Amino acid sequence: MNSLILSVGARFLTALFLLFSLFVLLRGHNSPGGGFIGGLIGAAGFVLYSFAAGVEAARQALRVDPRAIGVWGMAIAVLSGLASALASLDPFTGLWLILADLALSTVLVFDIGVYLAVFGAILTLVFALEETL
Amino acid sequence: MADSTAPGISRPFGYTASILAALILVGIALTVPAVVDGRPVLFALDWAPSLGISLAFMVDGLSLIFGLLISGIGSLIFLYATGYMGNHPQFGRFVLFLFAFMVSMLGLVLARDLITLFLFWELTSITSYLLIGFDHDNPRARRNALQAMLVTAGGGLALLAGFILMGTAAGGYDLAEILTGPGLQDSSLYGPILVLVLLGAFTKSAQFPFHFWLPNAMAAPTPVSAYLHSATMVKAGVYLLARLHPALGGTMAWSVTLATAGAVTAVLSSVLAMRQSDLKQALAYTTLMALGTITMLLAGAHSYALTAAVTFLIVHSLYKASLFMVVGAVDHGTGTREVERLGGLGRAMPVTAAAAVLACLSMAGLPPMIGWIGKELIYAGAATMTGAPLVIAAAVTANALMFAVAGIIALRPFFGAPIATPHVPHEAPWQMLAGPTVLALGGLVVGVLAQPLLGSVVGSALTGSLLQDRAAGLHLWAGFNEAFVLSILTFAIGAMLYTMRDRFATLVDPVLRSMPSLDAGWDSFLDWFRDLAAWQTRVLQTGRLTGYMLAVFAVTALALGATILHGRPVIMPELPRSAFLWLTVGFTAAGAVVALNTHSRIAAIAGIGTVGIGVAVIFIFAGAPDVATTQLMVETLSAVMFAIAALRLPGLVERRSRQRQLAHGAVALAVGLCVTVMVLSVTASPLDRTITQYFEENSYVLAHGLNIVNVVLVDFRAFDTFGELIVVLLASFGAYAVLKRKGRAGA
Amino acid sequence: METLVACLSGFLVATSIWLMLSGNLMRFLFGLLLLSNGVNLAILAAGRLTPGAPPLLGAKGALPPDTMANALPQALLLTAIVIGFGLFAFALALTIRAYRTFGHLEVDRMRIAEPAEERE
Repeated sequence: MNSLILSVGARFLTALFLLFSLFVLLRGHNSPGGGFIGGLIGAAGFVLYSFAAGVEAARQALRVDPRAIGVWGMAIAVLSGLASALASLDPFTGLWLILADLALSTVLVFDIGVYLAVFGAILTLVFALEETL
Repeated sequence: MADSTAPGISRPFGYTASILAALILVGIALTVPAVVDGRPVLFALDWAPSLGISLAFMVDGLSLIFGLLISGIGSLIFLYATGYMGNHPQFGRFVLFLFAFMVSMLGLVLARDLITLFLFWELTSITSYLLIGFDHDNPRARRNALQAMLVTAGGGLALLAGFILMGTAAGGYDLAEILTGPGLQDSSLYGPILVLVLLGAFTKSAQFPFHFWLPNAMAAPTPVSAYLHSATMVKAGVYLLARLHPALGGTMAWSVTLATAGAVTAVLSSVLAMRQSDLKQALAYTTLMALGTITMLLAGAHSYALTAAVTFLIVHSLYKASLFMVVGAVDHGTGTREVERLGGLGRAMPVTAAAAVLACLSMAGLPPMIGWIGKELIYAGAATMTGAPLVIAAAVTANALMFAVAGIIALRPFFGAPIATPHVPHEAPWQMLAGPTVLALGGLVVGVLAQPLLGSVVGSALTGSLLQDRAAGLHLWAGFNEAFVLSILTFAIGAMLYTMRDRFATLVDPVLRSMPSLDAGWDSFLDWFRDLAAWQTRVLQTGRLTGYMLAVFAVTALALGATILHGRPVIMPELPRSAFLWLTVGFTAAGAVVALNTHSRIAAIAGIGTVGIGVAVIFIFAGAPDVATTQLMVETLSAVMFAIAALRLPGLVERRSRQRQLAHGAVALAVGLCVTVMVLSVTASPLDRTITQYFEENSYVLAHGLNIVNVVLVDFRAFDTFGELIVVLLASFGAYAVLKRKGRAGA
Repeated sequence: METLVACLSGFLVATSIWLMLSGNLMRFLFGLLLLSNGVNLAILAAGRLTPGAPPLLGAKGALPPDTMANALPQALLLTAIVIGFGLFAFALALTIRAYRTFGHLEVDRMRIAEPAEERE
């Protein structure tokens, strides 16, 4: 696909997609959004980039192999789930740290893990598909 | 060990097994005082407590008799086998199989739990398969072993079903409780239970019409025949009949079935026994006769008939094991078992001859052997049964023929002019003489001292196991009565048959030849079964994926439809007024219609995409923004991936015939209709909002989140979400591997 | 509203089965996507459809005055959609692989696992 508009626009669009996906991820606990949706949106951004600039460029822009991202997401989800065991609670029980208006929790960490796992899984697939055909 | 080539190296195994069996005999004998005293010995291990099944055992009168016979004869058989085939290269394996069989058989007769009993029942089928087919280079042995196993294991399956029904009817699998309980004769399940249990017992004890496998099982080495087909395996069936007599016996169906099957088996097989030239085959048929007689007697309900059954069982085990071993010794000493080629062996094999004569005296039912007492009791018992004249006639016929066969076996090989045999006749080694001699002498000793030696044990079997008031006495002289007259009559007919055996042959041979062969019938049954299997494989497993899927969907439609109709759903259709919703639904349906039959890949992808977006809009309508966003993203990505792939995949062509299209369309519509009705009937019934309410109330309190859906995913049900992540990740890695793998797989 | 969605759900399931039975792997994939849409609609409808009010709480966890949409089926659907996507992606990869191996997409002519018998 050698469209000048697309290849120039794609860089900005991808950045926008990524930013938006992070926004969706972080607000997910209180408004529509969350790790699943965020991961899908972020992945869509890179899919667009790979269309415009080719898979190789997209992989380079990503820097990390999407498979590794998926596995990291998984690992983060597990660790956040097991963190509660340190507080002698059942696994996957949320732990909260409330600082005035800012609520930090293992639940948020878990959602980040979901985001990364979905993101990595989808890019693994789409890149493999594009490279094969 | 099993395949060691040095001959005789495994002989110690035979001796060890013999000693172990003797120790078991002693162990069982130690329970005699308690059992005779009316106190059965019990022991149990929990096995599957949730199903009420335990590994429970019990020694009562009936078990005691069987246990003593199994371990006692077993000990002698191991000794005999060491002499008979101790040099066989696989003798170690043989001893192992035989010992495993003995243990299974003991488990069977000592089991106090129906399921335990069944387990050991099946184990005897399997071990006997290994033993009958021990000579596995011989195709005939393999075929006959398989036949024996299929028949007995088939009966075993019926038996399992019968036992489960019994457990249901009686409320438990504990034999002791079932037997002392009210009995199952009045249960609504009695009919099926009786049929299934009798199938199991008749196949195992080779009763007509399942008798054909037993003579074929003579392909086994002689020690096996002497053991399995005298005292043990085939007696398992009659053991079961006797054991369950209190719970199932006494009805018209029970008496008629057992008496008929037993009488037919006894008469038919004793005629066939007369016509065998192979001594071992003759013994096989006389075994059938004995089993038939016992079955026939168990049809009765009077203590005379039952005492006769138990006593004759002991009689038969003693003389038959002895005679099988004698025939093996003759075969061993001369190289043949054909009665026409044997004669005058008495001089060369005096001990064998003596044992043979003694055992045959018992078989013929002559005093003072235990066989005489057994025969007297049979007549006394037969007189008490329903249809007594017929039963007595069958018993006299069978016993007279038995007398003649006993004459043939005792006299023909050992007396008269010597006939040249393949080997120069020589006496067997001591190991092979111990068994027949001890058992034949045993028949004499317990004959003379019947009441003191056996009376109490038989009595405990009658009163303790068969729940009779008392047992009939075991006396050599019971007075000048009906039974005595019948005995004399039996001897007269028997002697006549023996002297006129050639005339007898010309008389019965044409009849026997004209009878249909069940053995051949079995072969054609197996062929038919194989054809059936091949046919159903061809029909059901066509290898066509669409065929399989059609079956799956059709079954889905049937199951759903039947459930829905059964539940009589209430449906309250209400149609929304929102024109926008109608439009969305119409738009979505149109997308599906486009995808339905188009040949254009792009049109199909567009149609599918339309459906996806339409569904997303419906999600927004329904107040599900999270779901709708996810749906939109997934649809976009799916369409993108499809578009990439479609570039390289071929076009769409409808290849289905008109007929197939109709069938597929009908099934598809049926499933779709079921789904619609199902959803409608669900929505017509009240909604349980307990879980939702919990989420709504606790989402902020417990999890500090306002978006309930997200809270459910990452907090309340985080572990499920985690599992889902694994699935998604694995799917993508799997797809990656499938796509990236080099080369052409398979093809 | 449930009636209409139930009818649409049944219709989507019916079309998806028709496509899956067609014997062409590409069409099978179309069917797979339609099936997951149809079933998702059925799940949603079974949990009742309340137009307008998403399951979001007010400030400090206050329950809104009207009934909210049922959160339970929504949470199920969200995971179902993503799982369905994973399934679809794997099936697509298999389809591509099958095409590379066999040179066609007719499932009834793919006979490696159950070769047609030579006799008769």
